[in-house]
Amino acid sequence: MNTREEILNIIEKNSRIDVHELSVLLGAEEILVAGELKALEEEGVICGYHTMIDWSKTNIEKVNALIEVKVTPTRGQGFDNIAERIYKYPEVTSVYLMSGGFDLMVILEGKSLLEVAGFVNNKLATLDNVLSTATHFILKKYKDHGTILAKKYEDTREIITP
Amino acid sequence: MRNPIGKKVVDIKPSGIRKFFDIVQETEGAISLGVGEPDFDTPWHIRDEGIYSLEKGRTFYTSNSGLKELRQEVSNYIKRTQGITYDPIKEVFITVGGSEAIDLAFRAMIDPGDEVLIPQPSYVSYEPCAILADAVPVIIELKEENQFRLTAKEVLDKVTDKTKILVLPFPNNPTGAVMGKEDLEEIAKVVIEKDLFVVSDEIYSELTYNGKHVSIVSLPGMKERTILINGFSKAYAMTGWRLGYACGPEDIMKQMVKIHQFAIMCAPTTSQYAAVEALKNGDEDVKRMREEYNHRRRYLLNEFERLGLPCFEPFGAFYVFPSIKKFGMTSDEFCTRLLKEEKLAVVPGTAFGDCGEGFIRISYAYSLDNLKKAMERLERFLKKI
Repeated sequence: MNTREEILNIIEKNSRIDVHELSVLLGAEEILVAGELKALEEEGVICGYHTMIDWSKTNIEKVNALIEVKVTPTRGQGFDNIAERIYKYPEVTSVYLMSGGFDLMVILEGKSLLEVAGFVNNKLATLDNVLSTATHFILKKYKDHGTILAKKYEDTREIITP
Repeated sequence: MRNPIGKKVVDIKPSGIRKFFDIVQETEGAISLGVGEPDFDTPWHIRDEGIYSLEKGRTFYTSNSGLKELRQEVSNYIKRTQGITYDPIKEVFITVGGSEAIDLAFRAMIDPGDEVLIPQPSYVSYEPCAILADAVPVIIELKEENQFRLTAKEVLDKVTDKTKILVLPFPNNPTGAVMGKEDLEEIAKVVIEKDLFVVSDEIYSELTYNGKHVSIVSLPGMKERTILINGFSKAYAMTGWRLGYACGPEDIMKQMVKIHQFAIMCAPTTSQYAAVEALKNGDEDVKRMREEYNHRRRYLLNEFERLGLPCFEPFGAFYVFPSIKKFGMTSDEFCTRLLKEEKLAVVPGTAFGDCGEGFIRISYAYSLDNLKKAMERLERFLKKI
């Protein structure tokens, strides 16, 4: 197992771990681990240290939508140009180029259905290269980023076993 | 009324773990590092195969030896990990956990009075199973200064002309010790020279942290005198499925299967279908779990060093076996006080043989968060005593 991959495996699950603890878990020198982390950040492999929040457990309203977008690619630019025009909107959380029945998958976060609808109507659908959009609202998140949101782990093993 | 109980059974000491278990259960708010099974759930694709087999109505007995497909997968697995070929029909059969295979191996090979060499500290069932098979158990006390590995000299010191079987329990529960190839070569020499058979319990073979596990069957001349025992419990987190296997020479397997056929019939069918999936597509799961165990192992060893708790570095299974000799208590006293005063349950080394005195077994089949909470309690306790 190479150290890089192992570092990434650990911090993908727990970005708050400090360098000291990380070096203990890896059995590596602290200074090496710190150097590797810095390199990973500089190379853009590590893009940020975010927090996963289950907003549905708060009283703050959030609406998420997946929008399938069909577009006409531009000569010389392919899809990059139009993708950029879309991802620059702060309410857009993710944009992926897809294979299959449509071109861009746009994930959007808004305060209400109305706000999302407004974005699609006024901004997204009116872009020159956009041929069509299909908006799907997320009703419930069961699992996100590898984490099951529905229930907590419970240890049901016998307390002591040989 | 006559005494309903047979003498042989009465004389067997109940497991030392049982007694401790009862005290732990009465302690409210106790956290335990006493478990001998993985904390992971069985990977979903494996469970899904079990469920699917039920849906398809595969609810009948399998052949006594187990599903042909599973025996073939076991054979493939040993070929790819140890480079040794077992005939899936004649030399492999499926048991109810590794424990059944241990029991059967003794019963198939022992004549009354034969001696079985059992290195300790080790898993609790070798000695009672040997006694129930009318063997005389002869204990070899493993030494901390050898990192609890077995040496040729220790075997030679205990061999008599009645010795028939040497139990080889590595990677070891409770010490975490592993035997390297050179260590095994020394043992193999003695085994061949003294014409012994080996019962090699390799249930933790996938959980080693200093290179791949080497089985004694991979050494020249050893396949024909070894019963290789392994199973699915530890590698694939499948303890509750109760599934293991034995591989060995056809004439011994035949007799083991005979007992198995009368006592058990066959291993659970659902589990066997799930296990096929485990062996076919489970390598990534094993790798992921092994990596995580290794992080926890390093974490604990680091904590012990900080707390001044001496411990040799174990490279196998999911246990650490620190020495508590310097605190002037027996293992039993130490564990009882730790439980009463800090509500932390660990297992006294003596549960795994008298020579476990002065040690405690700590399992790291727990999440890092859990281990951290436990280490806080251990730290408080060590500062106090």
